[in-house]
Amino acid sequence: MPSGSIVTGDAPLLRYVLERADDALVLGHRLSEWCGHGPMMEEDMALSNMGLDLLGQARALYTYGAAVEGAGRTEDDYAYLRDERAYGNLLLVEQPNGDFAVTMVRQFLYAAFMTPYWQAMTSSTDATLAAIAAKAQKESAYHVRHAGEWVMRLGDGTDESRARAQQALDALWPFTGECFMPSTAEQALVASGAVIDPAMLAAAWRETVARVVADATLTLPADTWMQRGGREGRHGEHLGHLLAELQHLQRSHPGATW
Amino acid sequence: MAAAVVDPEIPVLTIADLGVLRDVVDGPAGIVVRITPTYSGCPAMQMIHDEILAAVDRAGLGPVTVETVLAPAWTTDWMTERGRRALADFGIAPPLPGPAPVTFFRTAPGICPRCGSTDTTEIAPFGSTACKALWRCEACREPFDVFKTH
Repeated sequence: MPSGSIVTGDAPLLRYVLERADDALVLGHRLSEWCGHGPMMEEDMALSNMGLDLLGQARALYTYGAAVEGAGRTEDDYAYLRDERAYGNLLLVEQPNGDFAVTMVRQFLYAAFMTPYWQAMTSSTDATLAAIAAKAQKESAYHVRHAGEWVMRLGDGTDESRARAQQALDALWPFTGECFMPSTAEQALVASGAVIDPAMLAAAWRETVARVVADATLTLPADTWMQRGGREGRHGEHLGHLLAELQHLQRSHPGATW
Repeated sequence: MAAAVVDPEIPVLTIADLGVLRDVVDGPAGIVVRITPTYSGCPAMQMIHDEILAAVDRAGLGPVTVETVLAPAWTTDWMTERGRRALADFGIAPPLPGPAPVTFFRTAPGICPRCGSTDTTEIAPFGSTACKALWRCEACREPFDVFKTH
């Protein structure tokens, strides 16, 4: 393990909070990579805005994680000082941006899951998680709308945009199943009412996705083998590169502030 | 005192107008000011935090702490009438009553703060700050910001 890396506790609540925070941070970082490269000014701002929402959600969750762990850590320690194998994000969110279609389809697939997820989590028996969920749900709903409209525009657009949107949907589809597989931490927490079993949202998610995909005149991919491993720290090659960029400054200059 | 602190990005709104200021308590360890964030990632929150400390300090009211409370989650329904009028006068259409439903291509029309027309078109759902969208009035042809219903 590189020097300076931290190993966190393994209490289910801490692990769960870090998993959801990692989802938001990694996807937020992916969106931030578009800053200055958007296809037009308005989209550049939209991508940055959504990235900022996700970064804010990640901060609230990491801060809660620090309180849960009680080891004197801060949100920054979890983001900057954990190694790739300690990250528990979904494989979906670490997939590279690709073209604009890949980014928007990825955003839509994730937000279509997270909107009902956060909605359900507003009833969590954990008051902090319920509060974070109440805020995140409204932000996520806005992301579904924006990304869903783009999926429709691209799918029902030109031959080129349609082909790219379908390609994006097909390529990302095998990463969607993991959203509905409860992690080990979640399985330990469901009975307490602190978290919900994400599997119960599969039907609602599929209904939203099928409706938008149909309006986009795209084809819903056939059921296939679903990738998993992100929640256990088994990531694709992409996350390491992302973290190298995200963590570089704090790893090279530990504790640097400005 | 704290209520007079303004949003650094929309200076015609105070944090009381916005509904960000939730409570002020004069406790045994000094004044506690409780605020709630608008959007999870709103970069103005740190500035608002610092401005509150400075405002209480300037008034010589002794030790003060600013606490961030997350529940209940902020909604634009908490914006005051004074705040809504100030926004419209500033050229920003105030938010509609919430919550905003998830719809595709069917957003409630923004009302032009300049001429009052509802013949308006959304240019971009994400504007210059997390809380605003960009619209255009088809009647007077002027672009304007809409404070997003949240």
